[in-house]
Amino acid sequence: METSAEVKRTPVLAARRISKSFNGVQVLFSVNFDLLPGEIHALVGENGAGKSTFVKIMSGFEQPSSGEILLDGKPVRLPANGQAEHLGIVIIHQEFNLAEHLTVTESLFLGREITRFGVLDRKRMRAETRRALDLLGSRIDENAMISSLPVADRQMVEIAKAISKDARVIFMDEPTAVLSKEESGVLFEQVRKLRDQGTSFVFVSHKLDEVLELTDRVTVLRDGQWVKTAPTSMLDGESIAQLMVGRELSSLYPAKREPDVDEEIVLSARGITTGFVRDASFDVRKGEVIGFSGLIGSGRTELMEAVAGLRPRHSGEVTIKGINMSSGDAHAANRAGLAYMTKDRKSKGLLLGSRMAVNLTLQSLDQHGKFGYLSPKSEANALARAMRRFDIRVRDGRVVAGRMSGGNQQKLMLAKVMETEPEIIIIDEPTRGIDVGTKQQIYHFISALARAGKSIVVVSSELQEVIGLCTRVVVMREGRIVGWLEGDEINEQEIMRYSAGLKKVAG
Amino acid sequence: MSVDGEGQAAEKPRSLLKEIDLRAVAPFVALALLLVLGALTNPNFIGIDNLANVATRSAFVAIIAVGATFVISSGDLDLSVGSMLAFVASLMILFMNSGAIADPHLMLAAAVVFAVFAGAACGLLNGLVTTVGRIEPFIATLGTMGIYRGLTTWLSQGGAITLRSSEIQNIYRPVYFGSFLGLPIPIVCILVVTLIAAFVLYRTRYGRHVVAVGSNRDVARYSGIAVDRVRTIAFIIQGLCVAIAVLLYVPRLGSTSATTGILWELQAITAVVVGGTALKGGAGRVWGTICGAFILELVGNIMLLSNFISEYLIGTIQGSIIIIAMLVQRSLTRKS
Repeated sequence: METSAEVKRTPVLAARRISKSFNGVQVLFSVNFDLLPGEIHALVGENGAGKSTFVKIMSGFEQPSSGEILLDGKPVRLPANGQAEHLGIVIIHQEFNLAEHLTVTESLFLGREITRFGVLDRKRMRAETRRALDLLGSRIDENAMISSLPVADRQMVEIAKAISKDARVIFMDEPTAVLSKEESGVLFEQVRKLRDQGTSFVFVSHKLDEVLELTDRVTVLRDGQWVKTAPTSMLDGESIAQLMVGRELSSLYPAKREPDVDEEIVLSARGITTGFVRDASFDVRKGEVIGFSGLIGSGRTELMEAVAGLRPRHSGEVTIKGINMSSGDAHAANRAGLAYMTKDRKSKGLLLGSRMAVNLTLQSLDQHGKFGYLSPKSEANALARAMRRFDIRVRDGRVVAGRMSGGNQQKLMLAKVMETEPEIIIIDEPTRGIDVGTKQQIYHFISALARAGKSIVVVSSELQEVIGLCTRVVVMREGRIVGWLEGDEINEQEIMRYSAGLKKVAG
Repeated sequence: MSVDGEGQAAEKPRSLLKEIDLRAVAPFVALALLLVLGALTNPNFIGIDNLANVATRSAFVAIIAVGATFVISSGDLDLSVGSMLAFVASLMILFMNSGAIADPHLMLAAAVVFAVFAGAACGLLNGLVTTVGRIEPFIATLGTMGIYRGLTTWLSQGGAITLRSSEIQNIYRPVYFGSFLGLPIPIVCILVVTLIAAFVLYRTRYGRHVVAVGSNRDVARYSGIAVDRVRTIAFIIQGLCVAIAVLLYVPRLGSTSATTGILWELQAITAVVVGGTALKGGAGRVWGTICGAFILELVGNIMLLSNFISEYLIGTIQGSIIIIAMLVQRSLTRKS
């Protein structure tokens, strides 16, 4: 409950019963939200809880399906495409929007250059840039090239840009994802300074320690629903984590089956190091379903791509069924019996403009004819078989992949990978963006494959999925493996503690 | 399953009509319209002799364009083909002039093999500069275009390179001017090359890889396809097609010069685009390409036979055709 002192102040920006659906899938359910003048408000929730969508709606990049937005207590319709900046609502994106070959001053005034008689007024723009940077207490040279600045300084330039636009509300989406501890500290100091001058911040972050350190209030979203808004001082990391997950396990998942401890190890990764991943080691047994959990950007995909040979590794060894794999050789890994199924089905998994058969057999064309010749009949048989086995439901087998539903695309991608007859299947985000019914089917496919003696690595940002499917769970954080969970330890709170950095295995 | 099957059968007539790919049909419709237009302008136009003549003359560009279909389908571009033709043809003539082999038949056979290897090597160079050198194909082949053209100019010392042995000339002449089963040999050549190309593109593993690489390199890579090898081989196929065009070109005049094959890259790319292949890769249409090459040659022929437009404007018309073809292609894509 809010205290009476807070109620008296008019929120600078507020959401009233905001709902949002995409193509019939509702992602936000009647969310309420208040942002007071001069506060730092944390917005937390699991991946897929609806934070990003909510931020987009509150900054005008998306329109709500229903509900209203209040600016200074008055209902507004926020203009689209970043035009809400004119109302003082600025969003600092996760990825920087700075052009590398411009100077700090030029980036600050990009698209709204000050001119005198049609000529750029560089002097005034430089002075204005200096003023904004000084306000932040930053020593960045206003004439420096963006490309010469470290990431922390670029983040600072983004904030200076927001200030120079007279921002009253600043949305920061994971601003510290690319910053070191010290750099984050400097950033927080400036944010607090601005807050004391009356600017309001919405701080979206997965790092609960930072939420506790920086923010005044916390709002928790779960599955698109508002769960709680409370002063940060009344919460601790544990209670926030519990609010983020607390949900019951449904019968969505088939019964788990532990592999025998003496089953052979089919995949072994030792000390894998890539650009981001540091010294990651793990083993997978025959018939095992092992889960990889962690926040987005924790390095799981990069690790798996390195294991699958899709990305070169700087050091470390990968052994598949006793055979040592050389770095960056996807074809060899495939031949040895390992298949990687990408999470990015639209840009890396399927040829959207091609028919199902073309997609299905792309990875296994050798099976469909001799001397490079392709037999259309053999391909058609494979398609009929795959459609039956994976229950791909389309009206017409000649439909192009891009016109299929997400669930059918996902099944097609799984079928495509299975055509290579792998022994080890790494599935990255097995159910991203698909409906619950198809999810359940995919879980059963995974379980059936494991029973048939295949080993499956499930990389997922959905905690429930990892908990429901896997007998062992590895947690990654910032490129390292930080936790190993088995049996009863596999629960949401425990995984969340590891992935938010509240807990860590020794060594 | 069974319910789905029935639904599909019931709706077949409607969906079949809807699913005819307008982009695949458009070039053939355009060709038919041109034939009608030509017949209206000049009664001689529609005669077998004239049409066979047009088809024969389109052979060089058509065969080069078949190779370009592979390169463009895999998402690349080769601007060097016109210069490459001049260069390979010059090398071939110089080889025959060298007199290394006394017997004219053997000499000719050796020269043919030599030209094929030279074309493949030029294509390989383009492919390696693009893939291993990681240079945009536009820039890479712009560079080799200058290189091949410059080498040709240097070999000919600014003049012409002419086949000296009249013996070889007499043996070789029928390859362009002769006929096989009543068809001029260049037309037979077009048909054979296109048949093989269509088979490779539509019925082999390599052809499928070309389409995959052209549609989406990431998907291809994640499917375990060696993307750079597929692209390089496409450039080599382009080189081989240029070599085949050279084999038809040399017996025609028996000489080359620094201006041989100038702007043929434009014609080849135009033929490919007019034929319905997407310039951004991923959809190759070999028969459409041949159709595109005929259209280009027919337009020139109609202009010659009619009197409304000066034939000096041929380049202008061909340039307009490529722009119109792109506009049509895009509007058809939007509709579907």
